[in-house]
Amino acid sequence: MVKLDEIQKRLLMEVADLHEVPEGAYNIRSNSASAGRRSTAHIEIVSKTDVSGLEIHIAPGTKNESVHIPVVMTQSGLREVVYNDFFIGEDADVVIVAGCGIDNCGTQDSEHDGIHRFYVGKNAKVKYVEKHYGSGDGTGKRILNPGTEVYQEEGSSVEMEMVQIKGVDDTERTTTASLAANAKLVVRERLMTHGKQRAISTYVVTLDGEGASADVVSRSVARDDSFQKFDAKIVGNAACSGHTECDSIIMDNGRILAVPGLEANDVDAALVHEAAIGKIAGDQIIKLMTLGLTEAEAEEQIINGFLR
Amino acid sequence: MLELKQISFDVTADGREKEIIRNIDLVIPDNKLVVVTGPNGGGKSTLAKLIAGIETPTGGQILLDGEDITALGVTERAKRGIGFAFQQPVRFKGIRVLDLIRIAAGRRLSVADACRYLSAVGLCAREYIDREVNASLSGGELKRIEIATVIARKCVLSVFDEPEAGIDLWSFQNLIEVFRHMRETIQDGSILIISHQERILNIADEIIVIRDGEIVAKGEKDAVLPSLIGTPEAVRRCEGGTIVEGEDALW
Repeated sequence: MVKLDEIQKRLLMEVADLHEVPEGAYNIRSNSASAGRRSTAHIEIVSKTDVSGLEIHIAPGTKNESVHIPVVMTQSGLREVVYNDFFIGEDADVVIVAGCGIDNCGTQDSEHDGIHRFYVGKNAKVKYVEKHYGSGDGTGKRILNPGTEVYQEEGSSVEMEMVQIKGVDDTERTTTASLAANAKLVVRERLMTHGKQRAISTYVVTLDGEGASADVVSRSVARDDSFQKFDAKIVGNAACSGHTECDSIIMDNGRILAVPGLEANDVDAALVHEAAIGKIAGDQIIKLMTLGLTEAEAEEQIINGFLR
Repeated sequence: MLELKQISFDVTADGREKEIIRNIDLVIPDNKLVVVTGPNGGGKSTLAKLIAGIETPTGGQILLDGEDITALGVTERAKRGIGFAFQQPVRFKGIRVLDLIRIAAGRRLSVADACRYLSAVGLCAREYIDREVNASLSGGELKRIEIATVIARKCVLSVFDEPEAGIDLWSFQNLIEVFRHMRETIQDGSILIISHQERILNIADEIIVIRDGEIVAKGEKDAVLPSLIGTPEAVRRCEGGTIVEGEDALW
């Protein structure tokens, strides 16, 4: 395995909670090259031959195993598009941890566009965690444009946790999912933007089978002069249930545009959306001040809790 | 000991100035439980907020153990040991009961220590410690957690603004016990409760009656309480009272 420097190690910790080489299957991508890979008896990771990226094959029935595929970038000016395809066999139950950390100390923009496709077999269960993090004091931007496509077969369940708290200047995230009968998708997105950052998050979830359900919830904070757009659409084509929620705090000159969308094409599709945007409630700050915190400390506690 | 000297508070509404509190002189002695009561709109909650620093008086002085704290903000007063339980406890998305108690205690309490504060207010600690202080909690649960945060601070002056408001009768019974226990174990501190409830007044050392922004009666409980029971105001409030302000409500 290639030796990682301190910055790369720090990025790995931020995006994948990794201090050392992880247990189970993994592939660590560093500055556009593989810095280490391990397949296991049930999880095979192979490089794509036509484009940059990986194929991850998870055998049917694989239980309680994990796959880590973090990406770190520390060279200014790198731009890459990576295609990772996950084939998750029937009845498998796995945790997949992705994530990208960019440290840009230079003047050129660094960009990683990860396109992840998930083919989730019957009754399989997947927990997917994706964290984004940026650091470095260069003037070059840190750009991440993740694309996620999820294809869920009958009775499968996918839980996605998407987190971007710090340092990414520009993001356009697009997530699409289609669900067969009794499949279930839960998305929890947490986002904080600051400075002049811009983050756009678009979801289109199509519930095709009877009993399919989706719950897409975004919690976000926009500070300074940043801008966010949350555009979540759920399409119900059968007797199904869908819920989207955008719950946001704005501070300073932050701006947020929430565009919840529902499309019911079946009389038994039950779809709900909620969206709330506002500044931190004054009585929340006062309550914490009566416990001895300063106004700034109170705000920090409220935001930390909100984005937990 | 807290002293209020000639405290006034005016607000401007519809272009007209209105006096909410008028020249109040008041002493809350150490190791006493003092209950402030009086009709709605009389200025009781405003008085509590003036003490906690949430509102700033338009006239007068507030002294805590001899120090003039009139110009100090909420945080500074909290750091000097003034605790304040809100009439309507605040909800927070994502902040857990454990987090709130740790913030209140000002240190990283162990879970077991934090649980003790919840048990003190009659909550089964294990069920609540990891829950978020959000809309999933009932009014009575929130109220007790609010009180636990004040107890955790070990204040020199704990102020409770209408602890009975918005809770069910069953929780209220427990609440009385909580305050009775606090009264019995009071040490180097004092307790100020804003309340309409006869049963809370009953455990007071002293009672202060505020009406139209002024103190109209104050003294030892035994001297003041009999004069409140059966007053025309009490009868009127009882007739229109809700379950919580029900049979024992004086105003």
